[in-house]
Amino acid sequence: MSLWTTLNRVIFKRTSTFVLAGVAGAFFFERTFEVGSVAIFETLNKGKLWKDIKHKYEQ
Amino acid sequence: MAAAVGRICGARLLKSYGVVGPQVAQLSTQSQGWSRNRKWILSTLGVMGGGVGALLFALEQSVQASGSEAHPPHQPWNHFGWYQSFDHASVRRGYEVYKQVCKACHSLQYIAFRNLVGVSHTEDEAKAEAAEVMVKDGPDEEGNFFERPGKLSDYLPSPYPNENAARAANNGAYPPDLSYIVSGRKGGEDYIFALLTGYVDAPAGVVLREGQNYNPYFPGGAISMAQVLYNEAAEFSDGTPATASQMAKDVATFLRWCSEPELDERRLMTIKAIGIFSMLAAVVYYMKRHKWSTMKSRKLAFKPVSKK
Ligand code: HEC
Repeated sequence: MSLWTTLNRVIFKRTSTFVLAGVAGAFFFERTFEVGSVAIFETLNKGKLWKDIKHKYEQ
Repeated sequence: MAAAVGRICGARLLKSYGVVGPQVAQLSTQSQGWSRNRKWILSTLGVMGGGVGALLFALEQSVQASGSEAHPPHQPWNHFGWYQSFDHASVRRGYEVYKQVCKACHSLQYIAFRNLVGVSHTEDEAKAEAAEVMVKDGPDEEGNFFERPGKLSDYLPSPYPNENAARAANNGAYPPDLSYIVSGRKGGEDYIFALLTGYVDAPAGVVLREGQNYNPYFPGGAISMAQVLYNEAAEFSDGTPATASQMAKDVATFLRWCSEPELDERRLMTIKAIGIFSMLAAVVYYMKRHKWSTMKSRKLAFKPVSKK
């Protein structure tokens, strides 16, 4: 619970840091979510995608 | 929306539960049910909706049974399924089949060479493909039209200058543009595969005109396209044996890509949507528990009013 209290005190109390936390959170969430989804997609379709076969055709 | 729901289900449902009074009334067995009128309207709506649905379903089924053509069997396509992308090796072979066989008669006018880059060909290969064809361009400085080798931005050339020329060369039948054929035909790639591999001798009694062939999957049976896919009719650059069914499968996959190039993107979208919506569902579940916690932990006391 003390982590929560610290967070509240240090970040969420002031509007400027609160907004900053929102923006930074959105950025990192989007990055992890995007990279994670693409990784799942590429493992599920391993061997079928262009990136898996293009090495055969590139010099 | 909320207003309509409220009007139908009773505005009580959407009211705030701030005060205890109405809530007790709501939870008690004494509260009134639906009025006669509302019951009547709702049951009429229900019967009508169900009836129209059943009628549409019956009409659709009867139309399916009314034709004489065979329905294409379902094939286990590699790209069918929630998360399944295209098999890009198959798309590439399909392009080779189109180029070596179908291109003689069918245009593919909405596909440009640049579309192949990163899908079935590298940029250099696509440039080489484009450079093989001659494209009419102009006017130049003297106002003349001229021919030049194709570029990435050019669209695939059509075999005939116009529809009349195409008809004249094919006994009056027009070989349709294949760009959107998979979306444009019932059965999609199943139909293309069945059509290409389904040629048989005409049954007794069926009269074919000059240049027609019999194919049970084609509506009417008499098709002006002869069987084009035989074993070894094309050659694959990756060494896959070019059997007729292999070529039909690959060209159908390729044509599906032409009709729906965003398929891979949509499959990725499915994964993302499942991810995001399960997180949102967790939030909504928590919110619901949170909002209802006061109601669930509330005690109701029944105090009969003593008659004086
Ligand atoms: C010799 C010329 C020729 C070649 C080669 C050819 N076609 Fe056709 N194709 C036609 C003609 C002509 C029609 C129109 C048939 C009709 O309407 O009776 C047609 C029609 C079609 C149709 C539409 C059928 C429908 O439901 O209306 C498809 C799909 C098709 N061809 C696919 C292909 C594919 C795929 C290839 C390559 C493997 C190919 N064709 C090669 C001449 C050709």
